[in-house]
Amino acid sequence: MSENKIDNNCLSFCQPSEVDLQKRDFLVKATAATGAVGVAAVAVPFVGSMLPSERAKAAGAPVEVDISKLKPGEKMTAEWRGQPVWIVRRTPEMLAKLVKHDDQLSDPNLEVPQQPEYCKNKDRSIKPEFAVMLGTCTHLGCSPNDNFVATAEWDGGFVCPCHGSKFDLSGRVFKGSPAPKNLLIPPHQYLTDTTLLIGEDKKAEA
Amino acid sequence: MATNKKTIAAGVLDWVDARFPLTSTIKGHLTEYYAPKNFNFWYFFGSLALLVLVLQIVTGIFLTMNYKPDAELAFASVEYIMRDVFGGNIIRYMHSTGASMFFVVVYLHMFRGIIYGSYRTPRELIWLFGVGIFLVLMGEAFFGYLLPWGQMSYWGAQVIVNLFSTVPFIGPDLSEWLRGDYLVSDATLNRFFAFHVIALPLVLLGLVAVHIVALHEVGSNNPDGVEIKATKDKATGIPLDGIPFHPYYSVKDLVGVVAFLMVFFAIVFFMPEMGGYFLEANNFVPADPLKTPAHIAPVWYFTPYYSILRAVPPIGISQFPGVVAMGLSVVAFAFLPWLDKSPVKSIRYRGKLYKRWLAAFVVSFVILGYLGTVPGDIWGQFGPWLGRADRATVLARICSVVYFAFFALMPWYTKKDQTKPVPERVTY
Repeated sequence: MSENKIDNNCLSFCQPSEVDLQKRDFLVKATAATGAVGVAAVAVPFVGSMLPSERAKAAGAPVEVDISKLKPGEKMTAEWRGQPVWIVRRTPEMLAKLVKHDDQLSDPNLEVPQQPEYCKNKDRSIKPEFAVMLGTCTHLGCSPNDNFVATAEWDGGFVCPCHGSKFDLSGRVFKGSPAPKNLLIPPHQYLTDTTLLIGEDKKAEA
Repeated sequence: MATNKKTIAAGVLDWVDARFPLTSTIKGHLTEYYAPKNFNFWYFFGSLALLVLVLQIVTGIFLTMNYKPDAELAFASVEYIMRDVFGGNIIRYMHSTGASMFFVVVYLHMFRGIIYGSYRTPRELIWLFGVGIFLVLMGEAFFGYLLPWGQMSYWGAQVIVNLFSTVPFIGPDLSEWLRGDYLVSDATLNRFFAFHVIALPLVLLGLVAVHIVALHEVGSNNPDGVEIKATKDKATGIPLDGIPFHPYYSVKDLVGVVAFLMVFFAIVFFMPEMGGYFLEANNFVPADPLKTPAHIAPVWYFTPYYSILRAVPPIGISQFPGVVAMGLSVVAFAFLPWLDKSPVKSIRYRGKLYKRWLAAFVVSFVILGYLGTVPGDIWGQFGPWLGRADRATVLARICSVVYFAFFALMPWYTKKDQTKPVPERVTY
């Protein structure tokens, strides 16, 4: 009985030995480490649940667009992955102006890969007449507005309403715009002369 | 009978007090919490912020009863609340007006803290909790603004979430994770709803609780910046310049509440959109992921920071500096306790140098706020001598520099400032 009593008292005022302290230190660290692993494991489903779901990923299927009714000098908008894809039918005058303002552009030679390889040419297109691009500003994702009417200082293009980024009719960004890159050209191909498939190119099929 | 009733009530109170600190809590925080007796007009806004918080929670709960967090249904459900639910329009306008008035009240509350040095020792933690409340409040406002699923909701969220995509390396994945989709969509709306109605309110309530507990631990500051606890009644230990919060300040605050509610309901009833500043016209158009409105701007309480974002030029092709500057402009307030080196707390005893800096800061803040509501090219461009820069952008840059200089140079000008002697006791 009396021994027991001494042991109990020891819990409160005996000096623990060096070995005890090391043991406690180890146990505290091991418990904390195990707990941290547990927290990390539990975090996986919670953090992961906020990623795009399988349904959201599946919604990115390619879309077919009929461009037969698009008149020269006009633009139509298709929806792909919920985002606007523009198809602009450029007139010869528009195309002529596009090669004249390279010095005002941030990336006239398309060095940043914002387009598939087959669009890395002077018109950024498969067929020069039709420009296809994602209508989402590379700055903060607003959709720029059309401003096709050319003036002495403006060759026609797009102006973003959010922060004033300017793009030409090939989607190339003008210097001094907050947008860092040219507009993205999504993968696309012509199924027939007047049917465009957006979201998939010939390379992907192979 | 009456005495009998009293004893029953006292008995119940004793029973509770033996199990829960009811009487001692009421004493410690209300009837025996001694606040300085020289509080003025500026001291209304703390209790008003609490009032608006309650209004927001109550109106929010009732809105949730009819609102549908679904991209297909959200816009129509808000219009349903506005048109078909009895009292729905009042409740919704109370909530939207409450959001703006929350910021009005909180900005004035913060300004009070700045001019009277309420962030100084020993109140640094109160101030930090307060900055936390301010950040959470901004989150609440941002997440809540997406819920009506109007054009401004949609494109505002698009721009803000894309701010995260400018973070080097992980940016694009980060913003995709935040949206839960490749664009702002139903998934985004649903999670913003979760953040707005449960996650952030819980954090907000916790922060408000610790803000008040910390305040009542160290005691309130006052317009003189004098510590009332330094001069106590020797017999009772009560500060000589202190008066019990209840009834003295509860009654005073009641006057503030009545005046505030008159303004509040005048807005709710007669001008809930506040000329496009509280509710933007474009938000009465359903969200269209394919078309951005011609002019998009955040709601007024975010515009100073938004102006700073726009004002900072990109480095190379990276927009990240602007985003960092915007973040810093909000977080800068947290550093005030350590930036202010003045020997005095209150503006009453500061010199001209500090007052000029404060005035410059306030003017810059207001100008930045205005510029954030208008397009960058509103005043046209300068001539070729300034590289045809937008006039408004140049002004925003100047104001941004003043804004940050107010904080960055504070250790210098508060030390150099010619201060006046501070009295021992409060004045009134």
